[in-house]
Amino acid sequence: MKHIKSLNTRSMEQSAKKGGCGECQTSCQSACKTSCTVGNQSCEQKK
Amino acid sequence: MIHQYKNNGYNIVMDINSGAIHVVDDVVYDVIALYEDHSRQEIREQLSSVYSDQELEEAFSEIEELVREKRLFTEDNYQEIVTDFKKRNTVVKALCLHIAHDCNLACRYCFAEEGEYHGRRALMSFETGRQALDFLVANSGSRVNLEVDFFGGEPLMNWDTVRRLVEYGRSLEKEHNKHFRFTLTTNGVLLNDEIMEFCNREMSNVVLSTDGRQEVHDRMRPFRNGRGSYDLVMPKFKKFADSRGQMNYYVRGTFTHYNLDFSEDVFSLADQGFEQISVEPVVAPPEEPYAIQEADLPQILEEYDKLAKGIIERRKAGKWFNFFHFMIDLEGGPCVYKRLSGCGSGTEYLAVTPWGDLYPCHQFVGQEEFLMGNVRDGITRTDIRDEFKLCNVYAKPKCRDCFARFYCSGGCAANAWNFHHSITDAYEVGCEMMRKRVECAIMIKAAEAAEEGVEEDA
Repeated sequence: MKHIKSLNTRSMEQSAKKGGCGECQTSCQSACKTSCTVGNQSCEQKK
Repeated sequence: MIHQYKNNGYNIVMDINSGAIHVVDDVVYDVIALYEDHSRQEIREQLSSVYSDQELEEAFSEIEELVREKRLFTEDNYQEIVTDFKKRNTVVKALCLHIAHDCNLACRYCFAEEGEYHGRRALMSFETGRQALDFLVANSGSRVNLEVDFFGGEPLMNWDTVRRLVEYGRSLEKEHNKHFRFTLTTNGVLLNDEIMEFCNREMSNVVLSTDGRQEVHDRMRPFRNGRGSYDLVMPKFKKFADSRGQMNYYVRGTFTHYNLDFSEDVFSLADQGFEQISVEPVVAPPEEPYAIQEADLPQILEEYDKLAKGIIERRKAGKWFNFFHFMIDLEGGPCVYKRLSGCGSGTEYLAVTPWGDLYPCHQFVGQEEFLMGNVRDGITRTDIRDEFKLCNVYAKPKCRDCFARFYCSGGCAANAWNFHHSITDAYEVGCEMMRKRVECAIMIKAAEAAEEGVEEDA
């Protein structure tokens, strides 16, 4: 496209079909301990 | 739902429900702003003085293509998932073990009140820790990966128990088909070579507490006699970070009202050679002099912008470092289930006191109305767990229309409780900062994508 450059993103809709295994890391265990941050976590199935 | 913003020369359009993100030029940016509530004719009329007919037609055509591909103006179809959520059986997969309710520092902002958590000083016994790990294995269903954070107070004040619990945890793995990911959060005072070696073998992550510049660190992180701790802990943290190959650790700081120019602290840590950095806003009652006030927000938001630009510049110059709150995994990030359910406190994630009592998370420890049970008898107050189970972005009125809802997933329940006495509320100052961090994180991705594009074209 000439006017739009899309970043590569995971489809949220697709993730609803296959997701929910729960193997991913608990967010507060990573570093924060005071500020919930989920968007930066990785999906275990995508590793 | 669309969120569009300009940052550092980039026009960014986020399609919230699909997760798609587009970097667009001015004409598309302006058309998208009018697209939902105006006819084409109206848009043409409004923008004809700025853009040519051809530009506007091209913009319409490209926007329509994205709409057809369900990557722009997509519907929110996730409410149904939430209905399933309420019925789901949750398992416990992570514990925060309060291995020591005691500390050798007297940090001024400590929510644990110098490690004591509104209670008395205590160290967790090996027996209680063992029961906690047994409880975790027994309540984790089919989940393989289990997380255990050794937390405090200062966990190195009870190091022998930490070491023995890691060994005990490993002895359970094969028989129960589990894998423990141990982590440690420490102030560094008692850190030595032997502990570093053990952690490098056994801990999947270590969190090293420091606030950045020496004067900032020493002001908030003194010993009980008032002397600063920077000179003692910094050389050890550097050695520790290097010994882990600059991976799987964070130097983690807290910024307060006293250092609103916290980007300087982040850069100071980067200048010291640290590559994994997290500096986060203090959580404190508003009456504390160091608490972040609403009036501080403009400066804080500006600092995040400054930090984001600085990170891009440094990375270009070959001085890469990672800032935890700007990390965003666009291609391999969490599924929508995870994004809706949040941090898992009170359900998947529990805190364990030195006596074996269970709380929804470390921030609730010591608040008796949140005592959920103990590691011997399990969760006896299932009503508390059920309340946390319902805690998702659709249950929070303030989150429902927020563009950042799938990135922060509803924020910190403890913050909401501290400020509003409701876990389904939200702490607005925290929300503002979160939204800014998401915008900065995506801008950095846009800048990196543009940089890669330039390389490909060359």
